Amino acid sequence: MLKTIQQPIEQLKKYQFLFTELVKRDFKKKYKRTVLGMFWSILSPLLQLIVMAIVFTKFFGRGTEHYIIYLFSGNLIFSFFKESTNGGMTSLMSNANIIKKINLPKYLFLLSKEVSSCINFGLTLIIYFVFVAIDGIPFSFRFLLLLYPVACLLIFNIGMGFILSALFVIFKDVKYLYDIFTQLLMYLSAIFYTVDIYPESMQKLFYCNPVYVYITYFRRIVIDGVIPGLPTHFLCFFYAAVMLILGCLFYKKYNYKFLYYL
Amino acid sequence: MTTIDVQHITVSYKVGDFTSLGLKDVLIQKIKGTYQAKMFEAVKDVTFSLKKGDLLGIVGTNGAGKSTLLKVISGIMRPTCGSVGTKGSIASLLELASGFDGDLTVKENTFLRGAMLGYTKEYMVNTYQQILEFAELTEYEDRLFRQLSSGMKSRLAFSIACLVKPDILILDEVLSVGDGAFRKKSENKMMEIIEGGATTILVSHSLSQIKRMSTKVLWLDHGEAVDFGDTDNICQAYEKFLKKKK
Repeated sequence: MLKTIQQPIEQLKKYQFLFTELVKRDFKKKYKRTVLGMFWSILSPLLQLIVMAIVFTKFFGRGTEHYIIYLFSGNLIFSFFKESTNGGMTSLMSNANIIKKINLPKYLFLLSKEVSSCINFGLTLIIYFVFVAIDGIPFSFRFLLLLYPVACLLIFNIGMGFILSALFVIFKDVKYLYDIFTQLLMYLSAIFYTVDIYPESMQKLFYCNPVYVYITYFRRIVIDGVIPGLPTHFLCFFYAAVMLILGCLFYKKYNYKFLYYL
Repeated sequence: MTTIDVQHITVSYKVGDFTSLGLKDVLIQKIKGTYQAKMFEAVKDVTFSLKKGDLLGIVGTNGAGKSTLLKVISGIMRPTCGSVGTKGSIASLLELASGFDGDLTVKENTFLRGAMLGYTKEYMVNTYQQILEFAELTEYEDRLFRQLSSGMKSRLAFSIACLVKPDILILDEVLSVGDGAFRKKSENKMMEIIEGGATTILVSHSLSQIKRMSTKVLWLDHGEAVDFGDTDNICQAYEKFLKKKK
């Protein structure tokens, strides 16, 4: 058991140089030849937020305190989830030419992609805090706890990425199916509405959706100013761990098989 | 001393239209029970072993399983059955020009590729100029990679890959890289590594090259090893086989 954990860590050390080069590559490719550069990755969630704020404030925003931040929290987390898993899905396929020719641990490509979407998320997070400040929510040390759901979500995304990338190598329609899935999930994640309108028992069902759990954690800390209870912490960890284990098992099983289909 | 020991290797995998069908249709077909997938054997029960200093030439028509076999030996693919034992570091040069990133510059690509081949950062910083000089690309350093000609791309790929002093060297049609002058240079470089005592496996469609360089030959046909051993005899038999086909 120990060996299975030790081995990838040693490999990571060995390939540290490659790993940084891969992250650099993803980053350069994304920002190098666009006029607005990094500004783009901030602009697109902002535009989305503005549209949503205009449309939904009238319908759902009444009676919700700090509705803009409420929206932004949901959007922020969900975009991170969506972008990161989508990037993970294509990470193996878009490096097919390398994987076919050079003997490398394939998960490096997935991990480097996840790290660069994480950096991207960091950029939007800055904007998020600017909005929080504008909305008059005082900063507190509790905000540091936000690292916990972010770390959990990152692990969750890596797990998803393992499964999706392996599937995508063999079945190209996974991309479309996953698009539909994320769209449905978005509506189920209470991004622009509050769950109070549902009866108590229904509200509990929302916790089956991992993304909702992470969003809720954010909102509790930033908007309500309280630290979520232990069950929420446990759920965050639980979803991440389960997804990572599933992903690793999936990867271990298909790791060498999908080479034939690249 | 045996450096490469290949025992009864078989590589087989499913082929069929399921990759184009997609997940939905495959699931539906599975439920209906009409789903079919054939197994394809790219390499069938191949066995051979090489000693230090051997140079094995692999011959065979297109689709004989040469490249698949090389991928198994270099550890990229895992065989379905059988085992491969190798001793020492492996450098495999398989059609190298692909796998670069067209949107990055020559410099960025050089570092990226170096990292993939397992070189350390200091090593790359120190040898970077040397690589460019060998590839004769010094003045193209900041060009985008996709703006290079295909010959230049292969030259760069070769120059990065041949830096190492491996114990096992695997070459897939790479000695025919670049223009005449560079080809001469690359062949010299290869001979330098080979004479340094590396065990080499060479795939080439140029029979004269195989005859000239190899100490042993493996003839593959449809995944099966037709013959393994002495260069002259097998090359003659293979020539005959090719003539008959025409």
